[in-house]
Amino acid sequence: MRVEVADLTSFREAARGLLVRGVSPDQVLFSEERERQSSLLTVDAPPRSAPVAGLSVPPAFLDLAERVACHRAPERWGSLYRVLWRLTHGERKLLEVVSDEDVYRLHTLAKAVQRDAHKMKAFVRFRKVEREGEEYFIAWHRPDHLIVRHVAPFFARRFPSMRWSILTPDASVSWDLEKLSYGPGVPRSEAPEGDALEEMWSTYYASTFNPARLNVRAMRAEMPQKHWATLPEARLIPELVRGAPERTARMVRPRIEVSDASLYLPEHRDLASLARAAQGCKACPLHERATRTVFGEGPVGARVMLVGEQPGDTEDREGRPFIGPAGQLLDDVLAQVGLNRQELYVTNAVKHFGWMGDEKQRLHAKPGRREVLACKAWLEAEVAQVKPRMIVCLGATAAQSFLGPGFRINLSRGQVFETPWAPAWMATFHPSALLRMPDERARAQARSHFEADLRKVAETVRAAME
Amino acid sequence: MDVRKKLEILADAAKYDASCSSSGGKRKASKEGLGSVEGMGICHSYTPDGRCVSLLKILLTNFCIYDCQYCINRISSDTARARFTPAEVVQLTLDFYKRNYIEGLFLSSGVIKSPDYTMEQLIEVARTLREVHGFQGYIHLKAVPGASKELIDEAGRHADRLSANIELPTEGDLKKLAPEKSFAVTGETMKEISTRVEQAKAEREESPKAPKFAPAGQSTQMIVGATPTPDAAILDTASRLYTRFKLKRVYYSAYSPIPLVDARLPAKSPPLVREHRLYQADWLLRFYGFRVDELAPPEHPDLSLELDPKLAWALRRRESFPVDVNRAPRESLLRVPGMGVRTVDRLLRIRRWHRITLADLARLRVPLTRVKPFIVTADHRPTLLLDSSRLVEKVKPAPTQLSLFTAAQEARSGEL
Ligand code: SF4
Ligand code: SF4
Repeated sequence: MRVEVADLTSFREAARGLLVRGVSPDQVLFSEERERQSSLLTVDAPPRSAPVAGLSVPPAFLDLAERVACHRAPERWGSLYRVLWRLTHGERKLLEVVSDEDVYRLHTLAKAVQRDAHKMKAFVRFRKVEREGEEYFIAWHRPDHLIVRHVAPFFARRFPSMRWSILTPDASVSWDLEKLSYGPGVPRSEAPEGDALEEMWSTYYASTFNPARLNVRAMRAEMPQKHWATLPEARLIPELVRGAPERTARMVRPRIEVSDASLYLPEHRDLASLARAAQGCKACPLHERATRTVFGEGPVGARVMLVGEQPGDTEDREGRPFIGPAGQLLDDVLAQVGLNRQELYVTNAVKHFGWMGDEKQRLHAKPGRREVLACKAWLEAEVAQVKPRMIVCLGATAAQSFLGPGFRINLSRGQVFETPWAPAWMATFHPSALLRMPDERARAQARSHFEADLRKVAETVRAAME
Repeated sequence: MDVRKKLEILADAAKYDASCSSSGGKRKASKEGLGSVEGMGICHSYTPDGRCVSLLKILLTNFCIYDCQYCINRISSDTARARFTPAEVVQLTLDFYKRNYIEGLFLSSGVIKSPDYTMEQLIEVARTLREVHGFQGYIHLKAVPGASKELIDEAGRHADRLSANIELPTEGDLKKLAPEKSFAVTGETMKEISTRVEQAKAEREESPKAPKFAPAGQSTQMIVGATPTPDAAILDTASRLYTRFKLKRVYYSAYSPIPLVDARLPAKSPPLVREHRLYQADWLLRFYGFRVDELAPPEHPDLSLELDPKLAWALRRRESFPVDVNRAPRESLLRVPGMGVRTVDRLLRIRRWHRITLADLARLRVPLTRVKPFIVTADHRPTLLLDSSRLVEKVKPAPTQLSLFTAAQEARSGEL
């Protein structure tokens, strides 16, 4: 028997009639009823029937049938009827056996419809147009299945205060603030192009993408390419993908701040050549008032490199780092924790003494960010030569020379970090800070922290040697 | 500065936040209003990093008085700064929503002036959307740790979800990289949210008209891989948050290299696979009855990058297998690698009516090669001995299957 069906309603009527007459699934062939196309084949008079008492199916079946009916596959009616037959012929619990072949088939169809409906809810893009002073929102969308009626109520719930239409090749739907009305399909050419907001949306789309996590496959799986044509942001994809490696590299690479002293670096970078060349450095104004460049001291391969802030008055006169009162204190503590100054490399972040006042009373002036950056090339050259196992920064200026202006001594003092410059890196107080502290108790406490930090340095280096 | 330029800066600054879903809420549209929230969130687009775009995710401002070292917005970072007015954010949200670009707004902010001042600004946006424009779309607000109770209360009246970020897995990690933050302060804020959520739920049971409070609950984000802390500690913290504050989700965000980073941080992100393994383990904790020390025992404190955490557990506990699909209780079936919650619940229903065979499993899309050594069905008993040394090779997913995408899918659906 051959039965024509147009939609879920006509299928239900026909199926009732078939069930009442006891027509089994293998005796019937369903086909799509086509408008304005008379079939040459003879079609049996559809055995329509009104609801029949005693013929009930589980509500889950109707729910499933509603989704399956939206599918384009012509065999969907036959599949529905087969399950319906079995449900009414002794297998009332059939739907619970989702692994049954017939039930599984319906679920597959329903799932495809559901996915398509979900994509329609997601990928419809309204464009605002004005008609006779009224705002309208119009979208063109191309679903896989016949889902317009299935999905339209969702849009009515979501956009009740907007006048809108969704156009698809098979059907269209409009909302006039009161009710939904359906119409025939519409070709894309009849839909409006562009909306002023699309540029803003594209800006958002491009900025919210993290190039360090490029994963085009995942994107394609969720956003099939066939929808790209109607998504304004999709135009950006090729460019974003192409630019991603470069953008990531820029993110990973710290921004290069050029140190002015790099102009004065000699061709040969051994410590002696460096020290000689540094004598002529004029990369920042500090050389103008200072006596000489105070370069670092110590053996190549020293395990520990101590970095202070800047030479002081005594250092400037003698030309050697850490020999004034602060140097005295440092020597004491080094001896106390069992480190030998002769085996360390000792230097400063800035190599010239900066001072205020007159010749009689030269007052130390803390170097600014500019001078520290200008002088950084010397420090880095020293690190590259000495290759210390551990760098110990004395004071914030030295630490910030490595880690940037955000570094705070009181928050990170005494912690050992791995850095690109050395496997172990630590910051602690500057010895002159210990000398300057006016409050006696605070001074004593800082001193004991300082000792503990240097003891940790000694231990770290010893552990590395073993 | 025009709004487009601000959008560029403040969306860029928000892209490191992993939480972006809009699921879990429910809000009915009103005739005059705009928008609705219907349970499952909708992803309106996908970016080439495979992440979905569901919400307008931006910062109100990327100025911040704090100095968290992993964060591009920290005070010492010299990134371009911008600040939206609340009115600008409201307008953008409405404009985007009307074109069906988004499900709603996820608004966060750098801390400006003080936690309270910042929170007030965030609330102002949400309040205007709800009260002036009748907006019924999804709103997720960042709860600034340390903001006062009154402000948290008001935020929860307008928002669908609130989240206070835990940021790092241990207190020690915080000390090191985010010295101004602490578990204690964030915990206070989380506790306030969870108390109010429970309270509002109880009130609504009495009277359905009682006001809602963050109906989609609270979540948090944790950055992983910025410190050497192992997975066991990360999962420990997460499971404590789930039980103490009834969190809906913990989002794990693989530390992403940020420009001008502090040299103490790794210059490369840890493998993204690690992030997905954490999501998988998180699912196992919440829905499969696993404990942290089963998934990441002291002798393996890090999850395997090669094997998913359930498979790795099963291989360590071979004596618990094979499991008879037609007889075993739900809890044991849930521990079979390759069988998820959905599959197990279906099997329990099916087996009331007939004996389950391999063909049934195939139709339920259970990955048979992975599952077979661990189960007994009506027509199958494992022939490969569970103690065979080749077992790992046999059940290990092919390298292509172990792509991030599969992992992400599994993490989302919980089918492990
Ligand atoms: S302080 Fe440094 S950069 Fe400035 S002149 Fe002296 S050596 Fe050169
Ligand atoms: S408080 Fe937030 S925005 Fe500010 S620096 Fe820390 S993580 Fe970044």
